[in-house]
Amino acid sequence: MAEKAHTSSVYDRALQSIKENLLFAGALAEQAIQRAMTCLLERDSDLGRNVIDSDMQIDRLDEEIERKCLDVIALRQPVAKDLRFITTAIKINAHLERIGDMAANIAEKAIALNEEPQLKPYIDLPRMSDTAQQMIKKSLDALVREDCDLAEEVIKADEIVDSLNDQIFRELLTFMMEDPRTIHRALLIMQIAKNLERISDHATSIAVMIIYLVTGRNVRHRDKMEKTK
Amino acid sequence: MRTNDSIIQTKQVNFFYGTFKALIDVTMDFEKNKVTALIGPSGCGKSTLLRLLNRMNDLIDGTRVEGEVIFEGTNIYDTGIDPVDIRRRIGMVFQKPNPFPKTIFDNITYGPKLNGVRSKDAQETLVQQSLEQASLWEEVKDILNRSAMTLSGGQQQRLCIARALAMRPDVLLMDEPTSALDPISTAKIEELIAELKRNYTIIIVTHNMQQAARVSDYTGFFYLGKLIEFNPTEKLFTKPDEKQTEEYITGRFG
Amino acid sequence: MRWRYFKQHAFFAIVRLAAFSIAAAIGAFLVYILVNGIGAISWEFLSEHPRESMTKGGIMPAILGTFYLTAGAIIIALPLGVASAIYLSEYAKQGPVIRIIRVGVNCLAGVPSIVFGLFGLGLFVVFLQFGSCILSGALTLGFLILPTIIGASEEALKSVPQTFREASLGLGVSKWQTILRIVLPNALPGILTGSILGIGRAAGETAPIMFTAAAFFTAKLPSSIFDEVMALPYHVYVLATAGTYIEETRPLQYGTVLVLVALVLGVDLIAIIIRSYIRKKKRW
Repeated sequence: MAEKAHTSSVYDRALQSIKENLLFAGALAEQAIQRAMTCLLERDSDLGRNVIDSDMQIDRLDEEIERKCLDVIALRQPVAKDLRFITTAIKINAHLERIGDMAANIAEKAIALNEEPQLKPYIDLPRMSDTAQQMIKKSLDALVREDCDLAEEVIKADEIVDSLNDQIFRELLTFMMEDPRTIHRALLIMQIAKNLERISDHATSIAVMIIYLVTGRNVRHRDKMEKTK
Repeated sequence: MRTNDSIIQTKQVNFFYGTFKALIDVTMDFEKNKVTALIGPSGCGKSTLLRLLNRMNDLIDGTRVEGEVIFEGTNIYDTGIDPVDIRRRIGMVFQKPNPFPKTIFDNITYGPKLNGVRSKDAQETLVQQSLEQASLWEEVKDILNRSAMTLSGGQQQRLCIARALAMRPDVLLMDEPTSALDPISTAKIEELIAELKRNYTIIIVTHNMQQAARVSDYTGFFYLGKLIEFNPTEKLFTKPDEKQTEEYITGRFG
Repeated sequence: MRWRYFKQHAFFAIVRLAAFSIAAAIGAFLVYILVNGIGAISWEFLSEHPRESMTKGGIMPAILGTFYLTAGAIIIALPLGVASAIYLSEYAKQGPVIRIIRVGVNCLAGVPSIVFGLFGLGLFVVFLQFGSCILSGALTLGFLILPTIIGASEEALKSVPQTFREASLGLGVSKWQTILRIVLPNALPGILTGSILGIGRAAGETAPIMFTAAAFFTAKLPSSIFDEVMALPYHVYVLATAGTYIEETRPLQYGTVLVLVALVLGVDLIAIIIRSYIRKKKRW
């Protein structure tokens, strides 16, 4: 963090190690999405199984981060910035763990799709996955640099992913109406798209938490509240 | 802020020990029936401010006050104000439990007796009420004639609180009231503070930030004689306005 | 290493020797007085008037005189001393004036007792025309022990924890009431101890009463404070130096000294007992 170090260096190191673990978990999640998508695009089912197996690694990291956070709460009674960091870390951790699960989900669906001939060339799906990965990367950069502007970019990018998802949905709908034999494959693709859309939602939540960490303001339900007004 | 319900206000108070300026331009509003905590590193002026509120600093030679301390509409530093009257209305509990070497009963009635509570009945009622308010009655009701010095540290401190309450003050000043006590006694005093706030305004100086967070509604952070930040406690401990406050409460100090 | 060890032991040996030699000197002195004086002690000696140019009979008037003089001295010095001590330690703003007063008090304690005697003679006996009497003697002795009492009282007042004062003042009790109800009662034992030591000193002094109160011989017991009295220390002085039959009164001299020493030690003992009792009771 940019400010002074704690008088207690042990405390500083504990916080630093939580942060490092989060970044590592983030990198693993990003990689998992990358591989799951490669599994789909290059019809490489082995890579897909590899993603499913390595999800355990993210899960284990999730447990470790949570334990470290609870230790800090129990032993240090964090306040102010430190308190916000710990609550943020716990939430980011949960989001990253879910992202890992979703990457495994995508890999599962991709393996199933690889059993059948490809329905159509994938155009929007890679764009969606690129955007989602970018969002994860940016949100973790925002955490490192405590950069609210970057976090806001992530929140905006969520709309792109949402509209790509809608587009894919409509496209697949026409496929299914034309030829009922495509329904199985179309549904699998839809689920992949849905997973990517959820991943970008999680990235958005991480960005929201980072804004809270930096400013103490909670913007989680900002949009909803603005709409109701 | 919050002027409608304030009981004590300090207005641009400066305080000097000789030529040393211990408090600089402190303006603060203490709300009625709330607990206000004053925190900060040693020598930051928080205890000085506390003792200034009932003119206990008068007792130290070579001190000087500038500015105003308004208690219920009057400046307690106006000429013609008797500090003794102020101290009857604004009681004080000290860092170390300091009961008199008298019986428990006499400790409580000491102040009231000198203020005209003569009848035995009135004294007995007062002793019971005060001890009940201080959550000590059940523990000492059968040993009221024993010396207060035989009580444990935590009990002694609650006796001191009862003794202060017996004067029926409006405000209770507490100067690190639990710093000499074990965790259980500390918890009892903290519980007591929460109870007392219904009837009294409490201002507490503490070195223990967690204690300030636990017991107070408002917290003021002092550094080098200045009031750096004064905010609702939950605000100060989650998102303080000032960087210095942040650094102090998270332990990034010095 | 060995050298350091040796040095340490040599040092301990020296300080031990110093302490023991003092104890031995006091012991030898007491034994000497006791051995020589015990023969003279009898009920008659303690209860009768001196007879036959003080070569026979008792020392009762001297015992009584010493009692009157010391009682008078304490009645005068105690209130005055305690009051000054309260002023010095509780009320006065610490500053140069107070420092001068304190130095003065300490100097007073170091003034030779004969100077007090002359001062008493000049002021009470001659100027105020009290004559040589109990009043003049008691006043002189009172002034003599005043520094002791002020010192002891100030010490006792200071030993009352500041937290007691704060507690009382914090309850909205005035300073005067705080001193009266909290500080003085807690300082009283210390003040008493100091005063008793003062009594011991007053009882044993000769010089201050020589010109102001003590008589060579009185046929009657005093009937008012304006009468002369006999006193133990002066009686010893008279027997040993000014009598007609100095050699014959030797046993009586030792007897009188024994009574005087016993009196002074007895008073000191009371002080020690009170002090240890209070220390045990004190809990702050």
